[in-house]
Amino acid sequence: MTISAKSSGAGVEFRALRRTFGSTVALDGLDLTIAPGELLALLGPSGCGKTTALRMVAGFDHPDSGQVLVDGADIVGVPANKRDAGMVFQSYSLFPNLTARDNVAFGPRIRKVDAATRRARADELLAMVGLPTQGDRYPHQLSGGQQQRVALARALALQPRVLLLDEPLSALDAQVRLTLREEISRLQKNLGITTIFVTHDQEEALSMADRVAVLRDGRLEQCATPVELYHHPATAFVAEFVGTMNRVPGRLTGEGRVEVAGQRLPVLGDVPAENTVDVLIRPEDVHVSADADGAARVVTVSFLGPTTRLFVELPGGVGVKADLATRQAAGLGPGAAVRVELAGHPVRVAASR
Amino acid sequence: MAALTRRARAWHGAVLALAGLYFAAPLIASFVFTVDVPGQGLTGQAYTQILGAPGFLDGLGLSLLLAVATIVLVLALVVPAMVAVRLRPGRLGTVIEVLCTLPLVVPPIAFVAGIGSILQLGPERLSRTPLYQTFLAVQDERFPLALVLSYTVLALPFVFRSLDSGLRAIDVPTLTEAARNCGASWWQVLVRVLLPNLRSSLAGAAFLTLALVLGEYTIARILTFETFPVWIVKVSGSEARLSVAVSLLSLLITWLLLLALSSAGTRTTKNED
Repeated sequence: MTISAKSSGAGVEFRALRRTFGSTVALDGLDLTIAPGELLALLGPSGCGKTTALRMVAGFDHPDSGQVLVDGADIVGVPANKRDAGMVFQSYSLFPNLTARDNVAFGPRIRKVDAATRRARADELLAMVGLPTQGDRYPHQLSGGQQQRVALARALALQPRVLLLDEPLSALDAQVRLTLREEISRLQKNLGITTIFVTHDQEEALSMADRVAVLRDGRLEQCATPVELYHHPATAFVAEFVGTMNRVPGRLTGEGRVEVAGQRLPVLGDVPAENTVDVLIRPEDVHVSADADGAARVVTVSFLGPTTRLFVELPGGVGVKADLATRQAAGLGPGAAVRVELAGHPVRVAASR
Repeated sequence: MAALTRRARAWHGAVLALAGLYFAAPLIASFVFTVDVPGQGLTGQAYTQILGAPGFLDGLGLSLLLAVATIVLVLALVVPAMVAVRLRPGRLGTVIEVLCTLPLVVPPIAFVAGIGSILQLGPERLSRTPLYQTFLAVQDERFPLALVLSYTVLALPFVFRSLDSGLRAIDVPTLTEAARNCGASWWQVLVRVLLPNLRSSLAGAAFLTLALVLGEYTIARILTFETFPVWIVKVSGSEARLSVAVSLLSLLITWLLLLALSSAGTRTTKNED
């Protein structure tokens, strides 16, 4: 079988995973199932437990209680070197004394694969990650992006059933990050390997993953497709963590509606006990138009290329961000009087801060 | 600006020349002493006598054997301990650092007085126990393990410093995890990944230990073992020129070993396939 052939990924399941470090709870009963061949992003703020969960699959950390199942078998007691999981690390992890080719061939060498086979496999993998001519170079002769490509090839060299990516792009330049992001997605799809990708970069998670699991304080907040997560966040935390969100004071009016900025909108999901709430609205759902009689004022204008972000002050001093197509924003400078309308679809509300 | 650079260069040159003179003068004087014999003129007799001098090969052989044993023992003790501390940082790191640095502040004479007392008192007090044979064995003239153990303690500070700087230069936890992830056992992690990347500092540690053992006189003399330095001092009474010639030669050998070790340390690993 060649490397590039589609391999069968394994199903991974976290069951009631709990891990504490002293008084800090890193994982607090995490339950999560990852389908074979799926690319799942673990997303969350620092300290949410996403890296701890990943390291448990690799065998570098162990739960206080709970199970990590790969294809239904609990691997918690299996030593790290016996697990069928390839990992790419956040920091550059290539062995400095070995060339790129020898780094990739390291795993097969440990497994006593013969020299000719492991050399051929290493060259094939290096070509697959776009470095067909860099095999003889040492890590210090490679750029950061190239090093992470070699690390990816090394992780794939033993044809693992699970690929673990621990923020592998975070140390790279923005441009390299974008390119590598696309290449990892392409490779993952071609190989069909189950992949768990830890990141704190929501854009990375949304653009690459089949599903995104948002973690907070060691618990799963929501696991859904990127589109679902963005448009139908299960909790206020997810709504605010994923993408940009406005918090606008509103008042519940009963019958599942909330009054905000002079409009009545249907409420999505749970409703707090208090009448006064914060309404969560995405900047693209705030429509702004020039109106000499408008009660709102443009405060700042930020050009973002295809879109322009306006910071608008509503009557009463509440500020909201609004994203407009750049052409529509032409002529709306700071101080301009505008009219603000909110998109009519259901909104999520949170307890007032 | 150019004038300032010229002045700085002149200063650098002067300092370098002074330092060179400081090191070279005794060596040149020693060399002249060994080859210029009053009444005979210039002669290489002191050097030609060396190999045939009674006790030379025995003393040198014993010191080299002790050096190799000390290097092996001290590295076998310190490398795993320091790697373990890097993998699981905690208070133990400080404890190891203090322990390894401690021999620097203990005067060798106090150290050897302690060892001497134990080696003398031990057999008397323990004559009816199996430890008696152990005390005798570590003082075997052919291979005095007591000296290896003493030199191991003396070498700790140098070995610790050398390895510490090497370990600081690499990301031990990440490299270890990467190797484990590739299927390596703990032993393979050490031998295939960490040690090759610590080559320079291991070579440095080995060289410092070698220099220490080849030059150590006090402990060997007081414990009455005839190592190379003890032999040199003994010979100096009757054969002053021979003794100085041997000293110069041993210095040369040490330098050559330093060159060999440092070139081994900096050589990049060739393709492993």
